[in-house]
Amino acid sequence: MSRHTLSVLVEDKPGVLTRVASLFARRAFNINSLAVGPTEVPGVSRMTVVVDADGDLIEQVTKQLNKLVNVIKIVELTPESSVQRDHILVKVRADAATRLQVTQAADLFRASVVDVSTDSVVIEATGHPEKLTALLSVLEPFGIREIVQSGTLAVGRGSRSMSDRALRSA
Amino acid sequence: MSKGSPISPSLMATKSAGAAKAPERADRTADHAAVVADLAAVSPVLGPNNVVPPTVMTGSQAIVRSLEELGVDDIFGLPGGAILPTYDPLMASTMNHVLVRHEQGAGHAAQGYAMVTGRVGVCIATSGPGATNLVTAIMDAHMDSVPLVAITGQVSSGVIGTDAFQEADIVGITMPITKHSFLVTDPNDIPHVMAEAFHLASTGRPGPVLVDVAKDAQVGQMTFSWPPKIDLPGYRPVTRGHNKQVREAAKLIAASTKPVLYVGGGVVKAHASAELRALAEATGAPVVTTLMAKGAFPDSHPQHVGMPGMHGTVSAVTALQQSDLLITLGARFDDRVTGVLKTFAPNAKVIHADIDPAEISKNRAADVPIVGSVKEIIPELTEAVRSQFEASGTPDLTTWWAFLNNLKETYPLGWTEPDDGLIAPQKVIQRIGALTGPEGIYVAGVGQHQMWAAQFIKYERPHAWLNSGGAGTMGYAVPAAMGAKVGEPDRVVWAIDGDGCFQMTNQELATCAINKIPIKVAVINNSSLGMVRQWQTLFYEGRYSNTDLNTGHDTVRIPDFVKLGEAYGCASFRVEREEDIDATIQKALEINDRPVVIDFVVSPNSMVWPMVPAGVNNDQIQVARNMTPEWEEED
Repeated sequence: MSRHTLSVLVEDKPGVLTRVASLFARRAFNINSLAVGPTEVPGVSRMTVVVDADGDLIEQVTKQLNKLVNVIKIVELTPESSVQRDHILVKVRADAATRLQVTQAADLFRASVVDVSTDSVVIEATGHPEKLTALLSVLEPFGIREIVQSGTLAVGRGSRSMSDRALRSA
Repeated sequence: MSKGSPISPSLMATKSAGAAKAPERADRTADHAAVVADLAAVSPVLGPNNVVPPTVMTGSQAIVRSLEELGVDDIFGLPGGAILPTYDPLMASTMNHVLVRHEQGAGHAAQGYAMVTGRVGVCIATSGPGATNLVTAIMDAHMDSVPLVAITGQVSSGVIGTDAFQEADIVGITMPITKHSFLVTDPNDIPHVMAEAFHLASTGRPGPVLVDVAKDAQVGQMTFSWPPKIDLPGYRPVTRGHNKQVREAAKLIAASTKPVLYVGGGVVKAHASAELRALAEATGAPVVTTLMAKGAFPDSHPQHVGMPGMHGTVSAVTALQQSDLLITLGARFDDRVTGVLKTFAPNAKVIHADIDPAEISKNRAADVPIVGSVKEIIPELTEAVRSQFEASGTPDLTTWWAFLNNLKETYPLGWTEPDDGLIAPQKVIQRIGALTGPEGIYVAGVGQHQMWAAQFIKYERPHAWLNSGGAGTMGYAVPAAMGAKVGEPDRVVWAIDGDGCFQMTNQELATCAINKIPIKVAVINNSSLGMVRQWQTLFYEGRYSNTDLNTGHDTVRIPDFVKLGEAYGCASFRVEREEDIDATIQKALEINDRPVVIDFVVSPNSMVWPMVPAGVNNDQIQVARNMTPEWEEED
């Protein structure tokens, strides 16, 4: 099974997330991550869905998604032709003795410290999922208290805009 | 088109607030409408598109008015608290509302109506249990691609989510079994939602659409105008097949020596029977019609080799198995047709034409996929085939036809007389078909009688055969026959039902009797859940676990179907001797002032043959118990 990133433009209507999620559940497709947010076009939202599926199945996923009336357009973003990022907030144990080591580790990953207390810090990082995994493995020995991670966000490289094209064809 | 325009206040999506956004959405809508209009060459809004200037009315009045403007003549439903406001203006409407006895009956009736007329069937129910009683019919319509609009009342928007009395999340419940659904909480949305619902249900691959209307949206005031604008930017069904693909298909047909036209229910839905016949005769290829496609191609045509599948004819099943090219038209490689998928038609290339791109290569990979309506694709394919044949010669199908004709002669459909002296159910069904003729409409329930009705009635025209194919809903027949009779009042409509099925929905006989909908019901009474019993005979050593219904010969006869029919105001008869079959059918055909129920007491031992047992290769088709044809003619 390979990993596929689908960028899905949807109408911002009630229930659209449920429709997408229940379609995945019912057809036994496996969602690896999901991120939803507004776009530059009012009334249109984008879902970035990362799916584990082989070639035939990803075609079926795309076709079934396209059947949803609220789905306007689907584009598969390949790693080569797109920028893909995850966002993470990690609460790490850090007292006076270890705080410096923790913040230095964060610096190495171009992560930033966004909250400090006497015995912990919160580190914010953005990057490709592999980079974040590496950051987490460095922070692990200090004691990770909580991880909050977003779904993958992805955008195609170059000047073309998916929503432009989608709405023109609509 | 701004938010303040009175022409179509409903156009603006409620979620996208802000005036600055309005022009952009409106432009897209206009573009989209143009695209749809191009495709359909008519307005996407069904009905005559009368212009109604802005008029203030209640949401309920808007629902009724929208239905009228959409050209609806008949509705099946049952009122209740949350839909009560809408039933008030309905009383004054010219539309015919048929009051059913159970909402499932309304749903199946709307399906039957849609199947015979090709129009959208409409059913109405209240919130909560009223709406959930529609679920089976909605699922059935989804599986068999029946254009259906279900309107349900919902509790007031202010109490949605509080577990209010008779509250059910029917939009959530039906999400996986509808083509689309709407929850209306603002009465101004009603006209465009209704128009969109009918557009979605009837175009592309048809299907059920649910419109759930909160009670306060029914009671509230709104400004009605017609026609509304349809705003569905994500819905663009393709109807025209790709030219290049059509030419590729023609090349494959010209190169094939064992082609088969594998015809599904899509050809009936698309009203493409005449086009199909022209293609069949241009190619000279054998035609198989699936359970959903019976009548799409005349049974009497010499190129018809039967119905494929689990209970298909040997000639049809074998034609597919041995084919080198499946010309698949509006069919979906259902497991009841393919048997074990990886052993299905192992040497065949596949041309697959379907309006739903998701069906193409879902189960069987297509060599030439053609997305579009078979109504448009088939004539283009016929033309392409003709010019291809002129260019490269007409393929010689003599050997293929000799093989298939031999199978047709050697393994015709038939039955053995039961060993218990009771009537053979196949005989009853065959006589009903013979005495009524091809202009009748035949509606089956689900089980053995359904298969026999598919096998032993001869179908010469589309829209004459209705059944629950994908869903397999027991209880479909009586209400669907009722809906069919409302849609086609001048035709004889038979419900061919089983004693098990009949007990699930026979309350609609009251609806039929009171509303003068004179359907004829043939209860093929083998006193058991016959198909389950057949499997118990074949695969469970005759251990008849919970399949005896005690309605037949030598039983307590609870219920007595003749008394039951009489209680419902139907002319009712019982037939227990073979010599009474024809006379009783004739009597039924002469009664047209009330429904007829005939209790045909038949043998429980009759079985449906041929049969491909579940989980085996279609080559293992049995023409009778443990009897598989010999295949030495062809390996």
